[in-house]
Amino acid sequence: MADLFIGASIPEVRVTPDKYLTARYAGASGDFNPIHIDEDFARAVGLPGRILHGLWSMAQVARAQTEAAGGPEHLKRLSVQFRGMGVPEQEVLVTGTVREAADGRATIDTVAEQDGKQIIRNAEAEITI
Amino acid sequence: MPVNTQAIGKTYSPTLYAVGREKIKEYSRAVGETNLVHLDHEAARAAGYADVVAPPMFAVVYCAPSVGPPIFDPEIELNFAMMVHGGQEFEWGPVVVAGDEITTTASVKDISEKDGRGYYVFESISVNQRGEQVCRGTWTDIVRGV
Repeated sequence: MADLFIGASIPEVRVTPDKYLTARYAGASGDFNPIHIDEDFARAVGLPGRILHGLWSMAQVARAQTEAAGGPEHLKRLSVQFRGMGVPEQEVLVTGTVREAADGRATIDTVAEQDGKQIIRNAEAEITI
Repeated sequence: MPVNTQAIGKTYSPTLYAVGREKIKEYSRAVGETNLVHLDHEAARAAGYADVVAPPMFAVVYCAPSVGPPIFDPEIELNFAMMVHGGQEFEWGPVVVAGDEITTTASVKDISEKDGRGYYVFESISVNQRGEQVCRGTWTDIVRGV
């Protein structure tokens, strides 16, 4: 488990979704919205191309918490706002800072970004420590 | 055009989701989990769990049958073509493991309008076969141009 004192950074998560990740995540999650898996459809509705599922990106934010805390049972709450769009084949970086830590619980402020642009912002996690 | 707020408080029929070991593994691989408690049932048992453990965000899988239909409920008049997923919150209770049966009930928590955008907030409550609340989800969808 990471040392989670106020002001500490949690270990960052870096992951590069490959070209076919959105297809695998669609199958795994059941979310087959074509903006995530069909390049032609995505462009036709004004997107730059297929975009990442926001809930996949949120799962990376969640993974940063469970890895910092030492297991899945430690994550008690996570709230996020989806902003911007994530795209395949570009590294996603998740970083977080401990805002509060008391009585066996810590609150972590987290963001996920791609190429310097936030794709998940104002993420707030509560974990048991 | 103002948003229709009459559906606030509406609750939908519960849905049942049976959590499968291979589905947890498939989901865990797709989100890049490396912790073996999500990927190997023997490792999970050695760590004290009954079977492979669902990552917390697996909630989107067992909630999906429940939170999908309200978006298309004609009583809500949500313009799906103009909708984006604006925000998401989950609160978790005991972990979910393969073999669990999760019952999820969705409801309309709030509908409002601000600066030409409609805000549709749905809530999902998921309980396991022992009646323990394993997850409460708050799903905020934003519709442009209402």
